[in-house]
Amino acid sequence: MTFTPTELEVEGVTGGGPGSDPASASPPPSGRRLVRAFLRDRVAVACSVYVLIVILMAFTAPLLVKLSGWGPLEFDQSAVDPNLGGIPLGPAGGMGAEHWFGVEPGNGRDIFARIVYGARVSMTIALSATLLTSVLGVVFGLLAGYFGGRVDMVVSRVMEFLMAFPALIFMIAVLSALPAENRQLLLVVVISFFGWPYLARIVRGQTMSLKEREFVEAAKASGATSAQIIFKEILPNLASTIIVMTTLAVPGYVGTEAGLSFLGVGVVPPTPSWGQMIASSVPWYAVDPAYFLIPGAFLFLLVLSFTVLGDRIRKLAESGEVAA
Amino acid sequence: MTTTDTPLLRVRDLTVSFPTAQGPVDVVKSLDFDLPRGGALGIVGESGSGKSMTSLAIMGLLPKGATRTGSVEFAGTELTQLRERAMRSVRGDRIAMIFQDPLSSLNPYYTVGAQIIEAYRAHRGGVTRRQARAVAIEAMERVHINDAARRVDHYPHQFSGGMRQRVMIAMTLSMEPELIIADEPTTALDVTVQAQILDLLAEIRADTGAGLILITHDLAVVSEVTDHIVVMREGDLVEQGPAERIFTDPQEPYTRMLLDAVPRIDDEIGTLRTTTTEEAR
Amino acid sequence: MIRFLVNRLLGMVVVLFLVCLFTFLIFFVLSPDPAVQICGKNCTPEAIDQIHANLGLDRPFWTQFGTFLSGLFVGRTYGTGANMIDCAAPCLGYSFQTSQSVTDMIVQRLPVSATVAIGAAVLWLLAGVAGGLISAVREGKFADRFIAGLTLTGMSIPNYVLALSLQFLLVVTLQWLPFPHAVSFMEEPGQWFANFLMPWIVLAIGAAAVYTRLTRANVIETLQENYVRTARAKGLSPGLIWRRHALRPALTPIVTIFGMDFAGLLGGALITETVFGLNGIGKLAADSITKNDQPVIMGVTLLAAFLVVVGNMVVDLLYTAIDPRVRVGSTA
Repeated sequence: MTFTPTELEVEGVTGGGPGSDPASASPPPSGRRLVRAFLRDRVAVACSVYVLIVILMAFTAPLLVKLSGWGPLEFDQSAVDPNLGGIPLGPAGGMGAEHWFGVEPGNGRDIFARIVYGARVSMTIALSATLLTSVLGVVFGLLAGYFGGRVDMVVSRVMEFLMAFPALIFMIAVLSALPAENRQLLLVVVISFFGWPYLARIVRGQTMSLKEREFVEAAKASGATSAQIIFKEILPNLASTIIVMTTLAVPGYVGTEAGLSFLGVGVVPPTPSWGQMIASSVPWYAVDPAYFLIPGAFLFLLVLSFTVLGDRIRKLAESGEVAA
Repeated sequence: MTTTDTPLLRVRDLTVSFPTAQGPVDVVKSLDFDLPRGGALGIVGESGSGKSMTSLAIMGLLPKGATRTGSVEFAGTELTQLRERAMRSVRGDRIAMIFQDPLSSLNPYYTVGAQIIEAYRAHRGGVTRRQARAVAIEAMERVHINDAARRVDHYPHQFSGGMRQRVMIAMTLSMEPELIIADEPTTALDVTVQAQILDLLAEIRADTGAGLILITHDLAVVSEVTDHIVVMREGDLVEQGPAERIFTDPQEPYTRMLLDAVPRIDDEIGTLRTTTTEEAR
Repeated sequence: MIRFLVNRLLGMVVVLFLVCLFTFLIFFVLSPDPAVQICGKNCTPEAIDQIHANLGLDRPFWTQFGTFLSGLFVGRTYGTGANMIDCAAPCLGYSFQTSQSVTDMIVQRLPVSATVAIGAAVLWLLAGVAGGLISAVREGKFADRFIAGLTLTGMSIPNYVLALSLQFLLVVTLQWLPFPHAVSFMEEPGQWFANFLMPWIVLAIGAAAVYTRLTRANVIETLQENYVRTARAKGLSPGLIWRRHALRPALTPIVTIFGMDFAGLLGGALITETVFGLNGIGKLAADSITKNDQPVIMGVTLLAAFLVVVGNMVVDLLYTAIDPRVRVGSTA
């Protein structure tokens, strides 16, 4: 797996603020100051640019494909050499004016189109899973942390149970046993099912310590209801943690989807997925390394960009709180 | 060369500054004061006045990035000129320090006894475990911890707050330092326990003749124990003088304001006695 | 203390039970009828019914689950009469496709997975702690930022991409390493080593990145603790301060987490083993999924969950043993 539970937890633990005092006494730093500090960080900006490019690619996939001339599912037999077993004609896997990134060996599908549509798949699944995980994680974390007692016991047991599961094996087994319809939705559900406890655990911990803070006491004393306290006092203080954890979750889910597709249980062919392209590229590596390198590079850079971004955001949030 | 009337500690023009995004900021500005042998000095001020930084500056324990200028002369030796290794032999042995929060200032993984004699074993080589343990027990007894022989093997979390502070004091005692610096030693404790700790410090001063610097924001604490008081505010030395004089006849408006904030038994019940902030500026 | 232990033990048993139940349920619902596979061609409905009866597949869910559970402890038999198959305890299931008990299959492959796990673990622990210490000591300086860059990269590269890249680079292109093929350690230690080298590196890189960051964070935080300040005020030598007051509190949590991660890895590194063709538990799982050999999948899942839960429990116990605050309790 490309992300281990320890990682997400580590980042959360160190990212959620040192020790048990997540939000310092000062109020959350001004959004504008953070944004400006962010823009000054060249590395963060570079990563954001790449991420935006990929998102844009995903969004405008149909348009791009019209521009490049080939769809992701179209076969171009003229681009491969049938006598040599389907090796793409031309340098670097058939790159050229006709096929900007070359073609797939064997069936001659346009790699650019498949990369672009693969981006769509990756981003859709990863972002949906992140959204679902965040909602579940925050809700359950808040409930368990704030109300404690039985609620906490039940939620914590469930979390423990889910985290004990060897998620990868299970996901593969379940996905391989189920029919191919609605595969993308299924992927989102399965990934989120095992992913939310990690966020919930962090949220729970922070809620528990925030609950004891004076401003919560003050709110209670002035008659605020639980809902009001949760939404007005606790949630805003969790904002930076949630943002950091979400940003760090995305690369994990991108990797998970790619990994599952690599193993053949993810997105169903012929829908393109970068992971699945990598898997297909293995037998061709010796003669057409580009087929491996292009999706591999895109995948690696996407995960890297999100990870670095998350890291930078976390540093900003931490230093913002301290410097106020 | 030290004679009995050379001050134990002589601080001249001590300045501590930190670099910030807006340029260097002085948290201690040109501090001058003396501490005579066996004397007790109180450094008083609000949070951020630079009093803790002063003590760290004396000990050479300033955080990374801080710069220290000026002179700190201890028993005739200029501390600011000492190399780190030499300074280390001064720390813990001749100058000892007690900090505010005894729970976090003690390592939870080791027994109290082990931590009491750590300095002893480091500074005095060739000490057997039995000897060291005896020293630890003796130190604990001197700070009036009952059942010391058994409790020497306990962990910090097994002691109450007041007891832990006694442990901290015991840590300094085993080395018989010439100067004890206590940074807010009673702030984290209950009022009744505060009194006990202060009494203990006074007792130790009387027994060993060590000098004492007591740093606090609480004037009531200082009035008990010290002969001489230094009032600090935002890094500046506002006023200094004999304790009695400061309390009965403060010269500076800021000092008066601090005093006004202390409840006294002979207060008139009625209008608040105040010095306005403008006057104190 | 005892009560705490008992609590944890009970909790562990509950979780394991639930994992068993959940897994069994899912596979019960999803798996194709094994009777069809066993029956083969020319099957009649009567034959299928017979197989169902033999294997107890016509029993209600809870009975089947009960049989499975008891099989874990005392073993069970499949079928009746002449075709009876004996599955010794702990019986994790029986693979009809390959005519082997799942437990046997796992045990056969355990040495490979264990080798992968141990080698990688040693590498990543050393690299992670060393990297973290260097970063912490040189905080903010070039070494720290360089290592930070490495860790971010190491964390981000999907391990199959890394595995394939290394394979392609070292074996195919540069031909520094020979193609992996199965040998025993006795026959060809060199080849054996070469077989495992890349999997070790691939697994270690990702984990080392995480451990470096963890170590760094822990050490930096510990150095800011008040008791380190006290130690400095006592004039202790830097070496002593490091060993007693910085390293021990900082590294202890890491060693305990390591136990958990290692336990998880023993359950088989699915992707790495598959890419490198190592015949370990992970590859067993992957192959079984492709062949749809449900009993094996279930057995491996249970084993992996068991290892994680036990690992967790051991970690908790270690924590309590190591931290005096938990071990001794307050007596004030």
